[in-house]
Parts: sequence; C-alpha cells; structure tokens
Amino acid sequence: MTDLQSLDITRRSATTGTPPDIRHQPAVAKLIDVSRCIGCKACQSACMEWNDLRPEMETFEGSYDNPSDLNPAAWTVMRFTEWENEAGNLEWLIRKDGCMHCSDPGCLKACPSPGAIVQYANGIVDFISENCIGCGYCVKGCPFNIPRISQEDHRAYKCTLCSDRVSVGLEPACVKTCPTGAILFGAKEDMTAWAQERIVDLKERGFANAGLYDPPEVGGTHVMYVLHHADRPSLYAGLPDKPRIDPLVWLWKGMFKPIALAGLGFAAIAGFVHWVVAGPNEVQPEDEVHGREILDHKDEK
Amino acid sequence: MTNTWQDIKNADVVLVMGGNAAEAHPCGFKWVIEAKIHNHAKLVVVDPRFTRTASVADYYVPIRPGTDIAFLSGAMRYLLEKDAIQHDYVRTYTNAALIVKEGFGFDEGLFSGYSAEKKDYDRSSWDYELGDDGFAKADPSFQHPRCVLNLLKQHVSRYTPEVVERICGTPRDKFLMVCDLFASTAAPDKALTSLFALGWTQHSVGSQNIRSMAMVQLLLGNIGVAGGGMNALRGHSNIQGLTDVGLLSNAMPGYLTLPKDSEPRFADYMKTRQFKPLRAGEVSYWQNYRKFFVSLQKSVYGAAATADNDWAYDWLPKLDVPNYDILRAFEMMNSGQINGYICQGFNPLQAFPNKQKIRTALGKLKWLAVMDPLETETACFWQNHGAKNPSDPSKIQTEVFMLPTTSFAEEDGSLTNSARWVQWHWKAADAPGEARSDIAIMAGLFRRIQAMYRKDGGAFPDPILNLSWDYLDDAHPTPEELAKEINGRTLTDWKDAAGATVLKAGQLLDGFAQLRDDGTTTSGCWIYTGVWTERGNIMGRRDAFDPRDQGLAPNWAFAWPANRRVLYNRASADLEGKPWNPNKPLIAWNGTKWEGIDVPDFVPTSDPKAGVGPFIMQAEGVARLFARDQMREGPFPEHYEPLESPVLNLLHPTVSSNPMARVFDFDRAQFGKVADFPYVGTTYRLTEHFHYWTKHGLMNAILQPEEFAEVGEALAKEKGIGQGDWIKLSSKRGEVICKAYVTKRLKPMMVDGKPCHVIGLPLHWGFTGAALKGFGANTLTPFVGDANTETPEFKAFLVNVEKAPGPVA
Repeated sequence: MTDLQSLDITRRSATTGTPPDIRHQPAVAKLIDVSRCIGCKACQSACMEWNDLRPEMETFEGSYDNPSDLNPAAWTVMRFTEWENEAGNLEWLIRKDGCMHCSDPGCLKACPSPGAIVQYANGIVDFISENCIGCGYCVKGCPFNIPRISQEDHRAYKCTLCSDRVSVGLEPACVKTCPTGAILFGAKEDMTAWAQERIVDLKERGFANAGLYDPPEVGGTHVMYVLHHADRPSLYAGLPDKPRIDPLVWLWKGMFKPIALAGLGFAAIAGFVHWVVAGPNEVQPEDEVHGREILDHKDEK
Repeated sequence: MTNTWQDIKNADVVLVMGGNAAEAHPCGFKWVIEAKIHNHAKLVVVDPRFTRTASVADYYVPIRPGTDIAFLSGAMRYLLEKDAIQHDYVRTYTNAALIVKEGFGFDEGLFSGYSAEKKDYDRSSWDYELGDDGFAKADPSFQHPRCVLNLLKQHVSRYTPEVVERICGTPRDKFLMVCDLFASTAAPDKALTSLFALGWTQHSVGSQNIRSMAMVQLLLGNIGVAGGGMNALRGHSNIQGLTDVGLLSNAMPGYLTLPKDSEPRFADYMKTRQFKPLRAGEVSYWQNYRKFFVSLQKSVYGAAATADNDWAYDWLPKLDVPNYDILRAFEMMNSGQINGYICQGFNPLQAFPNKQKIRTALGKLKWLAVMDPLETETACFWQNHGAKNPSDPSKIQTEVFMLPTTSFAEEDGSLTNSARWVQWHWKAADAPGEARSDIAIMAGLFRRIQAMYRKDGGAFPDPILNLSWDYLDDAHPTPEELAKEINGRTLTDWKDAAGATVLKAGQLLDGFAQLRDDGTTTSGCWIYTGVWTERGNIMGRRDAFDPRDQGLAPNWAFAWPANRRVLYNRASADLEGKPWNPNKPLIAWNGTKWEGIDVPDFVPTSDPKAGVGPFIMQAEGVARLFARDQMREGPFPEHYEPLESPVLNLLHPTVSSNPMARVFDFDRAQFGKVADFPYVGTTYRLTEHFHYWTKHGLMNAILQPEEFAEVGEALAKEKGIGQGDWIKLSSKRGEVICKAYVTKRLKPMMVDGKPCHVIGLPLHWGFTGAALKGFGANTLTPFVGDANTETPEFKAFLVNVEKAPGPVA
C-alpha cells in the first residue's frame, strides 16, 4: 500500500484501511460549458490522440454521434439532441459525455477487486487495469452508465481525466484542445465560481433556468456542466436529473457483503466443529473394494 | 477579412450569414465566443439549416438558399426608411452623394445597356456624371434625384418585408428582428461584424451577395472600425495567399490584371490603368500601378526587362476571353480543346460541379499530371469503383502521372490567413517516400522545358528563355529565396535626404512605397513587400504584444498591406479625426499626424480638414454603394434566382436568374425542372472533415465515417423516409445513394405561399481514403458560375429524393 501516499490515493476499491492524509491536494474539476460548445469533436480527437485509442470506425446511423456510444476505446463522445423548446424554437443541445468523476463513486463502491478502482486526493477516479477482473460491477455501480468492458482483454475502461497529465501539472487533453474554451479545468472552487458568472450571462440571454450540474446525490462531481436548462438535465441526451448509485450496490456493500462474509465464517466454523466432533473424513475398507470393482469393469469393456 | 480574427471580440453584433463559422472555422470561432462573453455581443445566424453555429447563437433565422440579396436589400430598405444609418459616415465616406449619369436605369430585372443579342451589358451608363473639371458631381444634401443614395432608395424600395418573406421564406418577424439588430449598430460607437464564407460566394450571384452586405455595413458605418468589417473566412489555410500572389487565371501577383488581346502595346494596357482621381485631392492609390507592374516585371525577367522593351510586356499572355477559369478549362477539356493538364494541389473530380462532366473531361486528356501529397480521386478518375466512380479503364487513353508532394508540415514556407497575415512556418517532419516539394517539381519541369526551348527553338521562346532564375541551386530554389524575391529589392543605392546610403543595391526593400517605375526596384508581389526585409524574416515574428488588447498584435508576423491590421481604418475616425468609438480607437489625428495602434490606411500627414476620402484605393476616395462598372451584372445588387430554382423570380419572372451568370450551352441542357426535381439541394462541410483530405485520416473517418444527406422531418414523413434509411438523391446530372439523417434542423419554408423543402448534402466522401466510400455531392451540382468570379453555384440547385432499397457497391 506504499502507493497510497506517493499517488495521493484516498480510496481504493475492496480495501479497508485508512490512507495517509496529511498532504494537501485541492479538489480539481473539469467544467464543460454546454452553452459555448460547438460540438466540433476536437475533444474526442484529442482524447484518442493522447490516450492512443482508435475505436472501430462505425457507420452513419442518423445523428452526428460518432462513435455512436462510449466504448473501451472511446472514452468521450459528443451527444447531440434536437429539442424544440416551449416557444417552438429549436435548440441543438450538444453534450460531451464521459466519466463524471463522482466524489462518491458508485463504480469504486461496487468494485470487488482490491485496487482496481482508486480515487486520488484531487478527486479523480481512475481504473487500475492490472487489478481489474472484468466482472462489470463498476458498470452496474455507475449512475451515469460510463464504464465499458473490453471484449478483447476483459477489463473496464473509461476517461481518466488525464490523470497522467494532471499529475505533472498539465490540463486534460480535451481541455487543451477545445477551441472555444467550452472545457475548462482547474480547482473545483474556481470552476464553480466561473460557472456562476456564466450562469448570470445565460440568464441575461433568456435562459431562466441556467445552472451548474454538480449533483449532490453522488457527493458532487469533478466533471461539471453549465447547462442552459439545469432544471431538466435529462434533456441533454439523458443526463440523469438525480443520479443515484444502484440500490443493489448498497445492498451488496451495505447488507449482502456482511451477510455473505458471515455465511463464509459460519461454514468455516461449522467445518472445524465437525472435524473436532466427528473427526476427519477417511477412506474405509468397503470403499476400496467398491473402487476396485469399478476399475475391473472398465477394463472388461 | 478587412479586420482580424481576434478583432471579432470587439463586435456588438456578430452576423453569421453565408457561412457556418463554428463548424468550418472552429478555432477562429473562439473570438465570437469571446465577443459574447466579454463584450455581451449578440450572435445571429441566418442560414437555410440550423447549424452548429446556430446551436450557440442568440437568434437563428431561416432563409431559402440563394435569396440573400433579397434579404439584405430588404434590410437596406428598412435602414433607409427608419433612418437607422450613420449619417456623417454615409454622406462623407461613401459615394451616396455622387450623381449618376442620366442614362442609367433599371427595368424589369435589367440595368441599362443590356443587349439581348450579345447577352452582355454595355456598362458605360453605370458611372458618375462628371463636371467640366473631370471630377464626379456630388450633392451632399441628397436633393438630386440621381444621387447614389436616392437611386439606392428607389432600387431597394421593392424589397418590403412582405416581399422578403415571399422570396426568402423567412418569417417576417424574424426578418424584422435581424433588421433591428443591424440598426442597433448604426450608432457611431457600435459595430457589427459580418462573418461569411462559401455560403455567399458559391452562387451565381456570389459577388453581389457580399456586396449587399458590404453596403449594409457602409450604411451602418461599420467598415474600418474595430469589431466591424466584412470578414471572409477563407476555407484553406493559404487560399488568401493563392489570390494574393495571382493564382487566378486573369490576375498577376498583387491584384494586377493580365492584359487583354485588345491591349497589344504596353501603352494600351496602361491607358485603362491610370486611376486618375475622380474627385479633387483624392489619393487614388492605384495611380502607382505602373510602379507595381514594372517592379513585378523586373522581378520576373530581371535584366531582360528594360524600358526599351516596355518591361517585357510582349512576353505576357494576352487574354482573348475575360478569363480561363476552372469551369472554362473543364469545358475546353470536355470539348477537346485542352488535352494536357498539370493538376497541382487540387482535386477537381471532387471539388468541381457535375462530376460526370469532370470525369468525362479528364478521360479525354492525353495526359494528366497530379501533384499532391495524397492519392486523390482525380488521380484515380480512371478506376472503376462501381456506381461511385463508373469509369471503364479499357476505354480511357489518358496517361496519368502521380507526383507525390510534401505537405505544409514537411517544408518551410508561408501561409496567408484570412486576416491577411503572412505567417512563416517551419518544417516539422521529413516527407515520406519519394515526395518532393512543389517548388522542386516545378523547378525541374521549368529547367527541362527551358533546355528544350534553348535546343529546339520554338514559336515563342522569349518568355521562357528570359525568365529570371537566380537561385543558389537552380534545381532547388529555397522558400527563403522565393520569399525574398517576392518581397523585392532595390537595384541601386538608396540615399536619404542627407545623402547617407540607406539601402545598398541588391538589398531588400522595407515596403511598397519604395517601389519605382524606372526599373530600379523589383517586387514579386507589391502588397507583400515588407515580408522579408534587411531586418530579417518579418513573417517569422511571434510577438503577441497587443496594445489596448484590441486583437491587432502588430508584431506578430506581417499583415499585408504595410502590416496594416484593419483595412480602411481612417474610417474609424470622424471628420475631425476623432475615433467614432472612443473605447476602441484604431487611429486618430493628433494635430500633426495620424497615430494609433494600427498602421494608418491613409496618408499619415493628411489633415482631416483637407477632407481627403478614407477609401484611398478608390479613385473617388469614398466607398461605393454604387459599384460603377466594376460588377458584370449591375452597379446595385439585384435578387436573381439560382439557375436551378423552385420558383420564378417574384420581381421579374422574365429575367429570373442572373443574365450574366457563367453558363455554357452544354450545361444549360443539363438543368433540371422543378416538376422532376422539386426540392432545393445545398452542399456544405462538416467540422469533422476538411474537404476531401481528412477522410484519408483514420481519426477523422472515425468521427464522421459515412456519406449522408440531411432531410427535414416534414419531407421525410411525406416520403416515408425513416431515420438512417437509404435514400436516392437525384438531379438532372446524377444520383447519390446514401443514408438519410432525418432532422428537425431543416424545416420547410413558405415561399410565396408554397412550402419549400431543402435537402442538405455534406460533401466529404469519395472513393479514396480511410472513410467509407461515397458518391460525392458534386455528382448532383450544376456547372454554373458566378458572373464575376466564376465560382460554382454549389449552394442552390434542384434535386429529388426517394427511399432507396439499400446501398449500392
């Protein structure tokens, strides 16, 4: 567990123990200002470049969404929604989708493999592939439907928030490439303050419900959106209005796991008691005879 | 662009019409976002289709393709009627007050001087009434019925909001809302910027589309000011450089013009290029034409160009037609008059209209040499790719040479951006395989051709034998050598007033003001003089210092002309020389000279009291609301329907489309009728691709893999087309079978009471590259050109659509 300090890891899947906690790491956040995003996909391109990803070329299927969904080699995609507002005017809502880096990550909670999912002190949630067993529990645990399991190596993949770049003081690749400054990166506090200025501007331009998407249901996120319609996040290609971790994860972590562990313990104790009381299980002479008969018959055939 | 990319942030209103800046220029579009966020600018998008630019706009306004002049003429009518114009600017800085000749007129869609027989105009009546002094007469009180302002009022009076709605299909309230936004910038301290691109140029009335907006901007006083201007967003990183250095068929470098065959002698040529001022005291800077011309000839022919041989004038080609543009070239190939073709950095089989005609024409050539970094469709035109390129190689005799070239990243050189910034770039990587630079290939070709002329003689060897070729290595002129040659040198010692030598013979000039017409200076392109001086490579400067943070960055690279960042910037100050907008000044008169954060586009010591006009390139010193004889179809813009249109011209059905549009008889026979092709087709680009290049890149192909067409929900429903269904699009010229994107972003427009459906075709796919194979939108487009530039009409034509059973091979 030496990496807990050197990598500033604060949480580690399927691991108990308290991480070291004296180093100061401000929480970071990526702010996606949907109101200034032009859907150019430069972020998708930069993500592919930086992370050396080449998702399979798909076909056209009736929208600009390409690749059509997140996949093990597509960690971010633009989702385009044509929506007619109450005034009858069209709005083309374009949202960059990808891992939200929840403060309270459902994936990490659900993960049964020690150290396959970690959360750094700055808030980034990262997958450590060599520890991943490909069980897919993270997929179930994610309230935003983000992780994807590779059919090639049976491991889970998603946006790392460029943890490799951030750890050496660089912004994520998508942030660096965004031509309109729709994706910003910095201390979560600063991003939240800037978002408030943007919201004032949007309200002046007639978007009465403009707001910041930083859902408290998952403890807030380290990827936040400025939305023109923050009262209805689901307009943006199904961004959850109220994201929540699947109750099954709570069931597994909160109730099922202790019961199951108790069950395991009980079986072990019962076995021991049986050994003490009834003694070990030994081969009896009649078993030897029976076995010989079986072998002889086999030879005849 | 009159202004700079960065200057867009100074705008109060950003109009994107005739373009799709967010999608086609995503990097430059950041300055629109800046304007919105930091200048509280309003962004309005006028487009047939709800684009990605519209997705971040404050207002989206639909318009039928090919009706922009009606829209903008309606806006002019509104501004004039509501008196929402900048009065001092219009009176003093435009030709509004000048009086037009008695014979000028307009009737039933035709201006005076039209000959039905010649299908051409005698443009002599399209000019000012001159006084006995030879100067144009003016009436600044606007009482004279034939002053430009009154003629303009009369001309646009027909474009009422009702007429605009009937022609354009734009709902009246939305049109009036745009007019109000325009009007808000008539205040001297407010500015509107016009961002446009191929959405305006690619029409049979393309030049007049742009003129219309320029006139709106002049009425509002928005030309020459920070955050204003007419800003053509160029589609290729160096297409501005292409036109600057004269790669147009009728131009020489620096917008000098090639002689016509009616100008056999140099004296004939210069007679029509005097540019004498049309008003007393005006600068009329083109009066220096001879200096630019002689310096160019000295640059091209060196010592062989002398006063005695009229600076080698005889060696220049003389045009027997207005120009040999690309449409004409392919028409001539198709009719067997051109039979060899060097195709450099161009993919006409994808890029020019009526693909079948282009393919057939290429197949009639004896030889075709393609210089390109990529294996283009043009180079492979002879291959059979089924319906997507139905060639039969056994029937094609054309010998094809493919000469792989370096790309921009594999060589040093300069690129001129939309803002006229000539920026040097440095080689980043070696070219693969046998690729050579374009310069090396052209040099090799030239040296061999010259050797053949030297050995064998020929009908006219002089222009080839005498060409100046003064490079360290004849076979490989370097980009640095060429840049210096373009900049120009003095051939004699230059002395200042005190007699001290400032420049020695052979040294590089500082600017075009030093050019002379006596053969003692050279310059390969006068507007580029200053790019590489004795101080070094000015294009290589990378100092981002930006005084007043107004987006000029004067020490970054070089902006032609004379490192001026905003053209016509004298017009940013009032009659006394004070900035109209004190918060965003460009230059001001300080009592003895003009100074400010930009290089004055004016005589620096010219006192405003002298009343010299701010548009110093014009003989009359003022900007033209009335274009005189400079436009082929008329001095005022007039709405003409596209050559293929669903309706006749509402204003003059007998002269429905532009009488001066470039149409050959062969192509007129290939126009469709609305009965067979009832919908309007339009073509465009997507952010994910650059023309036909990036489909060769896997990542771009992943982002937009496959050809499709956009069909509005209403039409799709009518035709039983579902999302992602296969459809067949057809025009009189061909068929495209692709997938349908059924969208809310294309809505039928009510045109004169009838619904008009628009179908959109992104144009990126062909039969080479990494993406899935496609037909290419130019399979459908008509072989029609703008009347002035011959730019093809890619933005408005007729198509039909029906459901297709499935894909074709």
